[in-house]
Amino acid sequence: MKPGRLLRVKGMIRKEWLQVIRDPSSIAIAFFLPMLLLLIFGYGVSLDAKNVRIALVVEQADSQSLSFAGGFYQTSYFAPLALNSIQEAETALRQSKVDGIVWLRHNFGRDYLRKDSPPIGVIVNGVDANTARLIEGYVQGIWFGWLEQQAERAGKKLQSPVQLEQRIWYNPEVRSTDFLVPGVLAVIMTLIGALLTALVIAREWERGTMEALLVTRISVVEILLGKLIPYFILGMGGLALSLAMAHSLFHVPLRGSLWLLLATSALFLWVALGMGFFISTIFKSQFVAALVAMVSTFLPAFILSGFIFDIQSMPPIIQGLTHLIAARYYVSILQTLFLVGDVWSVVLPNAAALVGMGLFFHGMVYRKTRKNLE
Amino acid sequence: MARPAVSPLHSSPHAAFAPTAPSAAPTGAAPDSAAALVLDQVRKTFTIEKKQITALDGVSCAIRPGMVTGLIGPDGAGKTTLMRLCAGLLTPDQGSLRALNIDVVREPLKVQASIGYMPQRFGLYEDLTVLENLDLYADLQGVEAEARAERYAQLLAMAGLEGFRGRLAGRLSGGMKQKLGLVCTLVRPPRLLLLDEPTVGVDPVSRRELWQIVYHLVEAEGMSVLLSTAYLDEAERCAEVVLIHQGKILGHDHPRAFSQQVEGRTWQVRAPDMPKRALQRALSHNPAVLDALILGKAIRVVSRDRTPLQPIGLPSEIAVEVAPVAPRFEDYFVATLKDDHAAANGDNHITLRQTSDRLAGQDVITVDNLVRRFGDFYAVDHVGFRVRHGEIFGLLGANGAGKTTTFRMLCGLLPISSGACTVAGMNLRTAAAAARAKIGYMAQKFSLYGNLSVMQNLKFFSSAYGLRGARRSGQIDWALSTFNLEPFAATESQSLPLGFKQRLALAVALMHEPEVLFLDEPTSGVDPLARREFWVQINSLADQGVTVLVTTHFMEEAEYCDRLVIMADGRVLAEGTPEAMKEGFSGGVGREATMEDAFIGLLEANRNEANLKSAPQAAKASA
Repeated sequence: MKPGRLLRVKGMIRKEWLQVIRDPSSIAIAFFLPMLLLLIFGYGVSLDAKNVRIALVVEQADSQSLSFAGGFYQTSYFAPLALNSIQEAETALRQSKVDGIVWLRHNFGRDYLRKDSPPIGVIVNGVDANTARLIEGYVQGIWFGWLEQQAERAGKKLQSPVQLEQRIWYNPEVRSTDFLVPGVLAVIMTLIGALLTALVIAREWERGTMEALLVTRISVVEILLGKLIPYFILGMGGLALSLAMAHSLFHVPLRGSLWLLLATSALFLWVALGMGFFISTIFKSQFVAALVAMVSTFLPAFILSGFIFDIQSMPPIIQGLTHLIAARYYVSILQTLFLVGDVWSVVLPNAAALVGMGLFFHGMVYRKTRKNLE
Repeated sequence: MARPAVSPLHSSPHAAFAPTAPSAAPTGAAPDSAAALVLDQVRKTFTIEKKQITALDGVSCAIRPGMVTGLIGPDGAGKTTLMRLCAGLLTPDQGSLRALNIDVVREPLKVQASIGYMPQRFGLYEDLTVLENLDLYADLQGVEAEARAERYAQLLAMAGLEGFRGRLAGRLSGGMKQKLGLVCTLVRPPRLLLLDEPTVGVDPVSRRELWQIVYHLVEAEGMSVLLSTAYLDEAERCAEVVLIHQGKILGHDHPRAFSQQVEGRTWQVRAPDMPKRALQRALSHNPAVLDALILGKAIRVVSRDRTPLQPIGLPSEIAVEVAPVAPRFEDYFVATLKDDHAAANGDNHITLRQTSDRLAGQDVITVDNLVRRFGDFYAVDHVGFRVRHGEIFGLLGANGAGKTTTFRMLCGLLPISSGACTVAGMNLRTAAAAARAKIGYMAQKFSLYGNLSVMQNLKFFSSAYGLRGARRSGQIDWALSTFNLEPFAATESQSLPLGFKQRLALAVALMHEPEVLFLDEPTSGVDPLARREFWVQINSLADQGVTVLVTTHFMEEAEYCDRLVIMADGRVLAEGTPEAMKEGFSGGVGREATMEDAFIGLLEANRNEANLKSAPQAAKASA
């Protein structure tokens, strides 16, 4: 080790630390924003459809129709609104009072008894495609449930060519919190690793402190280490806070091992820091660095990581693009570790991809950072 | 460009003049290896927006050890580029640099380990305390833990910062920040110290203290110092001066050797019965006069040759007194660079299309108990003054004294916390928009659209000021002809020469024929020649009844004002004519008091008063 290196790196770390403590915006990015995101995604955002408002139009109140319609009242997925005519229901849909219509024609009971397949009209507001698909699925579920019930009452098994036995593994209640919260971790780590780092380095350029640093004995490696270590610690702190919240507030299960979670998180944080450094070597004003970090790391971590939107259902070009997003690999590790367990066949390839990206970014940073102002 | 009469390397037989210079006369035979810094044919160009700019053009010089060398030149001369090259922060296109006998280009780290460099905006961490900043730089420079306590005590005592160890750097005044910055570069005593414009925008008291620190370093620690500055009057404080202009070195010698070139050509002219601006104008039309500058009540003249100055062209019944005065560094600068043929003084007179006497004999600007608070900080603290019709009135003060804040309130750009002010008879609290219509404003920086042509700028701003039809085209024609902008009408404004940019900015400010003209630091970053040109224009406007309010931190510029106020910490320390201000302050042995002496005297009196009342209050920059 070069003489004085330890002293210089320690000096940088202490300085960085004091700045974080005294600068409200760093604290906000490192601690309040993660908490806010967790609360929003833990409590607010839910991808499950519950209490969906539908209009229920029963034209002929015979026993079959009523018993089928009753199914909608018993489930918590729907909040039905009984209306007398399809015209009224369509008006309600148009006025956005309901998100869907279930329409039992007057011939429902008669056709059912005649063993014909009686028509059920289902009209769904397709503006929100996600909810629309859910309504469709739920209505079908109720339909099958009701048929089964009817068959049982008649003392025979439902005559159906295929028996559907559904089991949902890993998240049997299909709680979206359980996979959203691990995803939020990826967003938080990107935030601290890339956005905060890009910001603080750009600030040094803007305030002229970088020029004064450059003419001291400090070397490029020492400057980078002096920035990497404090923000790495800060990021792991943010992670610990988020894990504690996930566990105690949202009761997200952790089925994999904690050490593997911490190790892969450290790996991802290292990649995110590399991206932050990379941005700040190119863009030297806080405003531009923040914008670039937002657009190139934070937003993709939200949209393209598979955290909210399923990668498999994206168009092929976008799917290809997601391979460039580090958060994608981390999200897939996280969701596996939290909900499934230590599945090495998932963790290892994703971790390998992260190592590759980290080496790329840190290598570029080391190559591009020069101790001068050219 | 005129060739300098001074030989490039110290050939003068005269002893050095600056207080700390070594007593031995410099000898031209000093070997280069002994020099602290050697530049050989250094060339550096930058490409900005596809245009190549030559910042340094074949610069060679050798900075001698154990003394203060001043790198003096106007803004844009290449001073900062030279400093950064010496510190290894930039690489030259051509040529070589050696600092302390180490090749800067090849071994920048080794150079950086043995020099101290203070950039123009020194990198103090504002959210760290004084002590924490020192600790950081001590860590980075590898100062041993045992040596620190003693070194800190010594440095903080030198900078007068002992009482502020625990204060956040961001809460220090501008001058204290600058001293702390200097102290931070000194935690490990460097053998060569590079200071890039350490005194810019700093109040005169702190400026003097900074110089004392620098002298002390040279004397006690034998340091070699290269200090750059745009203030020509600081030349005389250096042991040697390198004069740089447009990327070329014009001379390198004792400061006295420069001014001696114009010995016998400098005069002071007084005519008690004649207004000073009329006297200046008359003198500048005299063919024997190269330069005529208002200095208080008198006019300072540089003549073209050594023949005694004859006051021709003045009314015969007027008593005129002509006395020779000692030449200054600036006289040399002006004498060397002032172009004899182009831009003869008369060209800069501006004739307005119509003048207004509506307010003649009245107070055009009145300010009473004006206050502007930011939180619990008083940026402007009960300020009051009056400006008469046709007067040039100055607001003089260091950065953060409250000048710009006062100014913005007077322009109606910033709400007033309490107090009253009127401009051209309009109350700014109730009729800010109507007041603004009477005001022409020229901002500190070139605030026109750089990528529009001169004509497009004039057209845009005339319509922005609500001019229409014949009046609009009339005013545009007037602006083009009066400011000699016709040849440039189609030129992009950003590629205009600096002097013409300033003309354009002034032309735009005068488009709507305002009764009051506000100038915010109009000549900062402008070389002394362009500044002279500008003031001739402003003088002619005042003569035609335009009231001018100007802020400046150039002490010397205050001499152009009819009356002024000196501001510090948001308050007015004194109000009066430049002569009245200087009265009662001595200028040291054998010279008249300058504006700077008066300013320092007032500031010190104010600080003593404040110290009696409470612990020193750190002024927060209000700009």
